[in-house]
Amino acid sequence: MYDAPILGDTVDQKTTKISARDVQVYYGDTHAIKDVNVDIDSKTVTAFIGPSGCGKSTFLRCINRMNDTIDVCRVVGDIKIDGEDIYDKRVDPVQLRAKVGMVFQKPNPFPKSIYDNIAYGPRIHGLAKNKADLDVIVEKSLRRGAIWDEVKDRLDAPGTGLSGGQQQRLCIARAVATEPEVLLMDEPCSALDPIATAQVEELIDELRNQFSVVIVTHSMQQAARVSQKTAFFHLGNLVEYGDTSQIFTNPLDERTQNYITGRIG
Amino acid sequence: MTDVSSTSSLLAVDDRTRRRNAAEKRFRVYGVIAIVLAMLALAGLMTSILTNGLSAFKQTFVTLEVYLDPAKLDKDGSGDLEKIRKVSTFGYAPLIRNTLQTHLDAPNMAVDDLSAKDAVKMISNESAAEMRRFVLANPDMIGETVSFKFLASGRVDGYYKGRVTMESAERDSNISPQQLMFADKLKDAGLLETSFNWGFLTRADASENRPEAAGLGVAILGSLYMMAVVLCLTLPIGVAASIYLEEFAPKNWFTDIVEVNISNLAAVPSIVFGILGLAIFINFAGLPQSAPIVGGLVLTLMTLPTIIISTRASLKAVPPSIRDAALGVGASKMQAVFHHVLPLAAPGILTGTIIGLAQALGETAPLLLIGMVAFVREFPGAPPEGLFDPAAALPVQVYNWTQRADPAFAERASGAIIVLLVFLLFMNAIAIILRRRFERRW
Repeated sequence: MYDAPILGDTVDQKTTKISARDVQVYYGDTHAIKDVNVDIDSKTVTAFIGPSGCGKSTFLRCINRMNDTIDVCRVVGDIKIDGEDIYDKRVDPVQLRAKVGMVFQKPNPFPKSIYDNIAYGPRIHGLAKNKADLDVIVEKSLRRGAIWDEVKDRLDAPGTGLSGGQQQRLCIARAVATEPEVLLMDEPCSALDPIATAQVEELIDELRNQFSVVIVTHSMQQAARVSQKTAFFHLGNLVEYGDTSQIFTNPLDERTQNYITGRIG
Repeated sequence: MTDVSSTSSLLAVDDRTRRRNAAEKRFRVYGVIAIVLAMLALAGLMTSILTNGLSAFKQTFVTLEVYLDPAKLDKDGSGDLEKIRKVSTFGYAPLIRNTLQTHLDAPNMAVDDLSAKDAVKMISNESAAEMRRFVLANPDMIGETVSFKFLASGRVDGYYKGRVTMESAERDSNISPQQLMFADKLKDAGLLETSFNWGFLTRADASENRPEAAGLGVAILGSLYMMAVVLCLTLPIGVAASIYLEEFAPKNWFTDIVEVNISNLAAVPSIVFGILGLAIFINFAGLPQSAPIVGGLVLTLMTLPTIIISTRASLKAVPPSIRDAALGVGASKMQAVFHHVLPLAAPGILTGTIIGLAQALGETAPLLLIGMVAFVREFPGAPPEGLFDPAAALPVQVYNWTQRADPAFAERASGAIIVLLVFLLFMNAIAIILRRRFERRW
């Protein structure tokens, strides 16, 4: 798990899932993201790396329009998912977020039962016609979250009573329960211990079969372990984007080179 | 020897540390002193109220067998209710006098210089009216001898509570030592007793010269009506306003002004709300005076800022990660607030609401201005019409009674304070229980 299989991962399909063109993000007067152009492939794990404050999380939150909840935030440019501009006036962010799930830095299960944590999304989106349907979705999502075996006997127990790693996998299961096409992960392992991190990384690798996963991480080892594509952000710019193996072994840009060798960051 | 501090052993405490420790110890002592003073003040207050007020819950009663003389009540024997109704309360007084006369005539009961006419004054003025009500309700009892449990007059009651003595009765035009002696004889005969006074909680207020009949019934009902109005208005309005301001409102100069004004309103003296209520609800909108609906509206205005501030504080205390989580799975803003944020904030909101209500329950000043200080003898009707009937309120009743001359009202005012405190304790207990129950869920 910890020995990075950098060159081992190959990407079969090369269809573009998300494409961003000239994306600018402003927080009030601060220009947080500058001219980002990136094409994110489907069924691929794409890692965003870079020093703190470089804008990688901000860009991630643009993809499901979570930045809309921040009053002073303004996004300019095009972000398209399957060719549809998600910042189009006709797009309802609520519908978008059902299609683009998100997992946050800190595990944040609802203070409800494990079952209700998973069932909430399908319920509000009307994905289940009856209780039996919902049970199926819950079980399927918990299995995808690799946490079913640990919680199947206590679905009524509060989600907040689980350990940190279990909570994060519960959150991942919750995110996949609405059948999203893209899964955004904002430093999902930063609050977890190494064992829980390993479990989550293993899970991310499995999720790649069904979803496009975009993961922001501070750990270059993690990026190298789980991703096929890596984007390096620095001071709001997307400096370099390419195959993970290439970024980590043969970076084209000097700043990338400096960052991955630990000279900046 | 003094310069070794920098290299000295840890086993010796240096001067600086000693001074810091002493300062800390002093601070703790101040704290303990403050707590002790507060507890003493509270204990003093409670003792004073309880010693003065508990006696209001006991009352002296005289049990008399009264012959309902048809010659007086139903002269032509027709049993016609209209004619019986014509006999005023004055017509009933002689019946009590007759009964007392028989007691005075009994062996060992006579008291020198005490006529039955004087003895009647030992019984509350209220008694004749009570008998009349009884007869009008049961006209077929005329001609029978009925046992009535009459209130003793305020002075006789005061004699058994230690407020009136033989010496003070000498100088008192309302009571004489002879009457008190007769009262003692009645007590020995088992006709006079002191028992729990439900009337204090159920009767209406009574006039200046019959404190024994005064009760809190109208005031309690009026306060309950007002609290119902306040609860029904402040909870939805306050919570909706808070949710909008906290979760949905854009942050601009307008919402800033609204926020500043809500904070300012919370600090406005309550009597100002009374003037506002008088001007708007009574003079402009034409609502009746002394009505619980107006009182409730005024108290609503007064309580809203408190509830909005506490609700916003509890909404703010909900971790933003919960909102993110809900939005992240595609909940709309409103779903995120109502499904996740509001349930988590509920205990805080409820506590804030109940404390706001408790504050409103004890509020006097604005009610004085809208006429709730009036003497109200009639019970308000059932809601919702009853909300427009005149009523009193608990704190105003306390204020009213403390102004009256008869010392028996001082006792009743303290008793009313006890009732008010019990209500407040009850509400605070509910707040604590609700809080515990909701918070314990996870």
